[in-house]
Amino acid sequence: MSAFFAVIRRDLILAFRRRAEIANPLFFFILVVTLFPLGVGANPKLLQAMAPGVIWVSALLAVMLSLDSLFRSDFDDGSLEQMLLSPHPLTILVLGKIIAHWLVTGLPLLVVAPLLAIFLGLPEQALGTLLITLVLATPVLSLIGSIGVSLTVGLRRGGMIISLLVLPLYVPVLIFASNAVEMAGNGLAVDAQINILVAIFFMSAVLAPLPAAAALRMSVN
Amino acid sequence: MSIIPAFIVRFYHKTASPPFFYNLSNKLLPWFTGIFLILLGYGLYAGLYLAPTDYQQGDSYRIIYVHVPAAWMSLFIYVVMAVAGAISLIWRMKIADVVLISSAPIGASFTFIALVTGSLWGKPMWGTWWVWDARLTSELILLFLYLGVISLYGAIEDKRTASKAVAILALVGVVNIPIIHYSVQWWNTLHQGPTVTKMDKPSIHLDMLIPLLVMATAFKFYYAIAMLQVARVEILIREQNTQWVKKLVENK
Amino acid sequence: MDVVISQNMVLEAKELSCIRDDRILFEGLNFKLSNHQVLLLEGKNGSGKTSLLRIICGFREQDSGDLFWCEQKIKDSEYFSEMAYVGHLDGVKKELTVLENLKMSLSLSQKGRYSIDQALETVHLAGYDDSLVQTLSAGQKRRLSLARLLITKNTLWILDEPFTSIDKSGITLIESLMHEHIVAGGMIILTSHHDLALHEVDVQKINLSLCH
Repeated sequence: MSAFFAVIRRDLILAFRRRAEIANPLFFFILVVTLFPLGVGANPKLLQAMAPGVIWVSALLAVMLSLDSLFRSDFDDGSLEQMLLSPHPLTILVLGKIIAHWLVTGLPLLVVAPLLAIFLGLPEQALGTLLITLVLATPVLSLIGSIGVSLTVGLRRGGMIISLLVLPLYVPVLIFASNAVEMAGNGLAVDAQINILVAIFFMSAVLAPLPAAAALRMSVN
Repeated sequence: MSIIPAFIVRFYHKTASPPFFYNLSNKLLPWFTGIFLILLGYGLYAGLYLAPTDYQQGDSYRIIYVHVPAAWMSLFIYVVMAVAGAISLIWRMKIADVVLISSAPIGASFTFIALVTGSLWGKPMWGTWWVWDARLTSELILLFLYLGVISLYGAIEDKRTASKAVAILALVGVVNIPIIHYSVQWWNTLHQGPTVTKMDKPSIHLDMLIPLLVMATAFKFYYAIAMLQVARVEILIREQNTQWVKKLVENK
Repeated sequence: MDVVISQNMVLEAKELSCIRDDRILFEGLNFKLSNHQVLLLEGKNGSGKTSLLRIICGFREQDSGDLFWCEQKIKDSEYFSEMAYVGHLDGVKKELTVLENLKMSLSLSQKGRYSIDQALETVHLAGYDDSLVQTLSAGQKRRLSLARLLITKNTLWILDEPFTSIDKSGITLIESLMHEHIVAGGMIILTSHHDLALHEVDVQKINLSLCH
């Protein structure tokens, strides 16, 4: 257990010392959301209808772009080798890294997303649901993404491939999360979507570190 | 090991050896080709000529004899790949790696065929080439899953590592396919108007069903033929330094 | 103090082989390493020294044969809590301080013979505790990764070219550390272009250029 927390602590210190890395996905997220009104026109009705989708698609892309930092530097400087040699189970260490990654990239989205939602004219009654879906689903994005990034960390140009590997797996999250926000905006009940997101969250928290650890062992060879 | 009967263990080790697989496929291929041609011939004749015309869609429904089997194959092959991936990860069976990676392009092609025929069928039915129908959308995402496997395998230089990577990916994919499928259906029922008819009819006339099943079986044999042929080449490339391949080349 | 080095340990390789890019690097490789012994891997560049080391670390899978730690396959044994590896990559984070790096290594493993302070003193890095690793020279980084060997519990050291990018005094330092480890009952597997100056130590040599 101490190794698990040590990994989280170390990654948080590292993130703090490379502050730009925290900021970049966040700026990207804000920028993409800003581009939509410029692209489709500032019709309030249209923007309001598109808001849940726009926010969720942008969040998806922002998390995906940040994935590369999850294992890249560990792979390059040999820290990953040392983690593999540790007598502690690799899945636990990987889970620690994913949690740290979420704290650094997912959590800031939680703060900014409601603000952007208001800019897009999302009804206030949907803001609570938006936050709940973000809390439940952004960790899932980090968890599923960890599999894709561990498969490609050994490649020099893993960037484009990772989107092909990860984005199709993000589809259920996108559908349920943005749908929940949309329904909440129309004043409808969203229990079903939230329950499904909870199920997806627990399932990926338990399952995703396993293939991620296996893929890391394969990448270091 | 003792719980598993000895003959199964022996059969397993035999099949797992590349030369045995190569020779076996050599013997199987002509049979498979024959069966495939017979089934295909009958299936096409029955489907395009014998089966009655649909009272709603006219003759345009006949594209299901390609579309539906192709869609079935697209799922079936992904499951085969995942099973092969599991076998290769657990039992380190070389042949499983070969089966997995040889299947991927074939599966992707079937998925592509299912998409194209689906959209061809959509034109007379819906008046447009593409509708965000649940099945077509699932099929499209499945195509991306296939492309992911193919491009990951291509990107990793060391083929042993690449085989392991795609095995992991195929397993992750197969766990996700039902979730994706379910979520897309959910999304579809919420966003789609009621005007679009579902592609599958709950009740299908027996005269229409039999050719469909025959075609589906024919497609399975076609897959076996195509996969074995790709696999044979792959085995020869991977085993090019072994005695049996060198002997094979000398005898040619 | 020597309790942290386990006695009566044996690492045994049986009929190991490794194929890389359709080329047989080595096959039918056997060795047996016990406490107080050094195994030196020799051979030309590309003869598979690093590949063999990475197989011994469990990073790479051998194409046939097996490795045994006390008669158990290494994956099923206590092997990974008994070994430490220093490779081409230092395995330290350049944005962390020397102390933070060593503490991390400690939490990934178990406490060893030296305290962090003693280890830093031994590798001539005393006083660098709070320096960021990116301010250290290549030689200092190398010595920092050696300090990791001292502070964690381990019996077997696996060293890939430990003498690169290090000056004369560094070489003497590594040799004295190795000597001490062996005398205390440890085992070492290493590759090196440099002639070893280890006196009264049981050194086995394997030349991989001859292992076909």
